[in-house]
Amino acid sequence: MSRTSILQSIKANQPSFVEAPEVENFAPAFDDAVEKYIEVLRGIGGTLHHVESDEQIISIIKAQFAEAKRIVSDLPGMSSIAQTYESGDGHVFEDVDLFIMDSNLAVAENGAVWISDNEIKERVLPFITQHLAVILDKKSIVPTMHVAYDIIAQKDYGFAAFIAGPSKTADIEQSLVLGAHGPKTMTVFLK
Amino acid sequence: MDHSQLAATFNKDESRVTWHDETLWWVRQKRDKQAHQLPEWERLRETASRIKNNVLSNLSGYLEEFEANAIKNGITVHWAADGKEHNAIVHSILQKHGVNKIVKSKSMLTEECHLNEYLHQQGVEVIDTDLGEYIVQLAKEPPSHIVLPCIHKKKEDIGELFHQYLGTPEGNADPQFLTNAARLHLREKFLTRKIAITGVNFAVAETGEFVVCTNEGNADMGAHLSDVHIACMGLEKLIPKRKHLSVFLRLLTRSATGQPITTYSSHFKKPRKNQEMHIVLVDNGRSRQLGRPDFRNSLKCIRCGACMNTCPVYRRSGGHSYHNAIAGPIGSILAPNIDMKDYADLPFASTLCGSCSNVCPVKIDIHDQLYKWRQVLVKDGHASIVKKLGMKGMTFTLSHPAVFNFAGKAGRWVLKHTPFVVNNGFNPWFKQRDMPEPPKESFAEWYKKAVSNQQ
Repeated sequence: MSRTSILQSIKANQPSFVEAPEVENFAPAFDDAVEKYIEVLRGIGGTLHHVESDEQIISIIKAQFAEAKRIVSDLPGMSSIAQTYESGDGHVFEDVDLFIMDSNLAVAENGAVWISDNEIKERVLPFITQHLAVILDKKSIVPTMHVAYDIIAQKDYGFAAFIAGPSKTADIEQSLVLGAHGPKTMTVFLK
Repeated sequence: MDHSQLAATFNKDESRVTWHDETLWWVRQKRDKQAHQLPEWERLRETASRIKNNVLSNLSGYLEEFEANAIKNGITVHWAADGKEHNAIVHSILQKHGVNKIVKSKSMLTEECHLNEYLHQQGVEVIDTDLGEYIVQLAKEPPSHIVLPCIHKKKEDIGELFHQYLGTPEGNADPQFLTNAARLHLREKFLTRKIAITGVNFAVAETGEFVVCTNEGNADMGAHLSDVHIACMGLEKLIPKRKHLSVFLRLLTRSATGQPITTYSSHFKKPRKNQEMHIVLVDNGRSRQLGRPDFRNSLKCIRCGACMNTCPVYRRSGGHSYHNAIAGPIGSILAPNIDMKDYADLPFASTLCGSCSNVCPVKIDIHDQLYKWRQVLVKDGHASIVKKLGMKGMTFTLSHPAVFNFAGKAGRWVLKHTPFVVNNGFNPWFKQRDMPEPPKESFAEWYKKAVSNQQ
């Protein structure tokens, strides 16, 4: 209801127009983006394995997540250990122990991977799962957020996110606890 | 109660004040460590500040662009002139769906609008799902910090609250254990609530999408499991283009907690299939602040909390002493715009040391604005009588050299010969302080001597 009056008031009060600056592509302070990515991911509580094949990933998952009852993924290479899934009602994933996804963009400076609902059909999956695994190609790692947004700038999606490590909180006396509401661990398989 | 009275209450527990002070300083140091890793840090701040200058100069245009794009994306856009209208809009959406139990992730805007109290009066149960906010909600207190809502609480207090409300074992104050108890309890809420409210960190005019940043994943759990997602935002949250997110996401969390980025930076552009998505754009005094040239820069704020962590007054007086949804230096320049009379004390709750302006990621001239607010407030008759008399006395003393010299001598004599006159509870400067050793002579006396010795 107040739309017109708010806009009028803003128009009357806003200062005269100034242009937005061009955003520089600030060069990173490190040379090796892959090395930096590994260092930062470990620093924010992530786990990383260097792998060459899906078989290798599967054997690590079998060892690391031996307790997992429900593993979900629609990656063809993971079909021997994971169920595929349909989108619709996110609530049915409340008992997922491990969700395996891939990402084709990761950022060295902060350890984040980029995902969108073009690849992940059910938005809640990377959050509701107890543990998250991400398969990532070294070539997908860019140094900074500026480069990342150059790639993302024109993409269309309904939902997308940067995910950097397991969910965490330090709300109790600044003691870091991994596993707040989302995954307790995040494992990256670097190809 | 004003800031100094509330601070006095907080200061009663000295060891807790020390802990509070040191913990926030530690967060500030983590921020420094991150900032120093980026050689371009200052240029980044400058870029962010200039993008925000552009936003403020074309806010009406960006709002219209954002609205049009959001509608195209299938989002319903609402406009609220003030907190009351915001609350009524949110309530009407709940009523339309017949829902009286909801989850909410962190939104300082809804704190500003007192949404929880309002919905509670309408018989709606709101559960805050950010752990810190959940804790202060159980304690029936407001957050004391915009990023670290329960930084004023010790783990033992939290253990006790959880024992009372969640049935955890008495005396267990282990952060890991308590966090897991909250995780289990709140998971059930996420799974059963039909409507989720989130805040907004950034809204992109060019695409009609909004970005929500959390470490815990609570905004995503709530939003993706809900039938209806309501995002509430102050209308200054806009940025022109998606690409500008690179600048702001690089600055936000490094400044806030010293992390390179939050765990989740979620970009909401379109509702899920069969989901309803609403955005409530709230003015609540922002358009008025935009018209104050001295103070409009406060609208650049991205709510990182760095100014609080660094502030020597905030660290030692606690967030609740600011009696406003947003505490600390930034809260003190935002609040008088909402109500000059109620918040006239806040711009005085500062040493004007300037540390807040130095750490601000969007380069708001916070300490200059604190100083300017003082002048506006005094001119408009909002200064306390004690302050007015004190200032008059100072003006008289400083403009009469003989009186000034006498006052200095008298002060030194009292400190030396009758310290009990000032070392008592009637002297506000004696609280939490030792009075200084009196110097033998004044600077003027020393200078005279030094000059004559040289000759």
